[in-house]
Amino acid sequence: MSVNWSKYSAPQTFYPLAGRLIPWFACVAVVLMGIGLYMGFFIAPTDFQQGEAYRIIFVHVPAAWMSMFLYVVMAVWAGVGMGLNARLSFMMAQAIAPTGAMFTFLALLTGAMWGKPTWGAWWVWDARLTSELILLFQYAGVMLLRTSIDDVRRADRASAVFALVGVVNVPIIYFSVQWWNTLHQGASVSMATGSKMASTMLMAMLLMTVAFWLYSIAVILARVRCVMVERESSPVWDEKPTAVQETVEAR
Amino acid sequence: MQWGSASEFFAMGGYGLYVWTSFVATALCMVWEVLSLWRRRVAVRAEQRAALLGGIDETTA
Repeated sequence: MSVNWSKYSAPQTFYPLAGRLIPWFACVAVVLMGIGLYMGFFIAPTDFQQGEAYRIIFVHVPAAWMSMFLYVVMAVWAGVGMGLNARLSFMMAQAIAPTGAMFTFLALLTGAMWGKPTWGAWWVWDARLTSELILLFQYAGVMLLRTSIDDVRRADRASAVFALVGVVNVPIIYFSVQWWNTLHQGASVSMATGSKMASTMLMAMLLMTVAFWLYSIAVILARVRCVMVERESSPVWDEKPTAVQETVEAR
Repeated sequence: MQWGSASEFFAMGGYGLYVWTSFVATALCMVWEVLSLWRRRVAVRAEQRAALLGGIDETTA
């Protein structure tokens, strides 16, 4: 079976399709978040070293993963936009940046909330923390470049180049706990060695991660739809082909 | 389950401030993002509608 993927990259197909997908992603995200929180607070046991403070992991790790993952996805869309000169790809990159920045901020904030009781400090200039802070500045840079350049096409390209160059920082964040002697603990979950956590803790964390992932897809699709109309202001993308007729009749 | 009472649950073994700040901040950010997108969507629809009406006015005039 062959799927004509280029069909879905056409704005007039993508716009209504995205609109139909948003409620599904949002609903599943809410349900998984509910189950994840229940497991995290009521089923996962108390950590023998960190007591109840460790429960911050259920927002901290998913937020931190999303901050890095969304940056890579944003850079990929920016790269595709540069390569194919595709406006929709640039719009996707534009729509991803605010959500990525939000998760980076949350990773840093919840990290501070975890650091204070376990390390005795809200913040340390540790490799992991510093590189994550730089990621926040990168998101800010990508968004500021866009708003500071009036010509949309130049803004697209400038922020895409910035995003692509900055992607170097993502592996630095990820491997920082191995490359440098950091205060931040190493990975609790790894592809090579499996998990070092209790299975219910791991399950709750993974559920929250999937929920954050679906949440991100829902808000990014909602944002890209807004961006499409704001940038192109073309009413033909409306879900209903009869929208023009209805608007006329409604007058 | 490890909680004897609701107050024990909210105390989080003495880490309540840190744990609840993290979760509440995350929830607030998400709610704020969804609300701001909803408002943006309302504005976009109004703009779309205005463009539609404007376009038709030009052709019928």
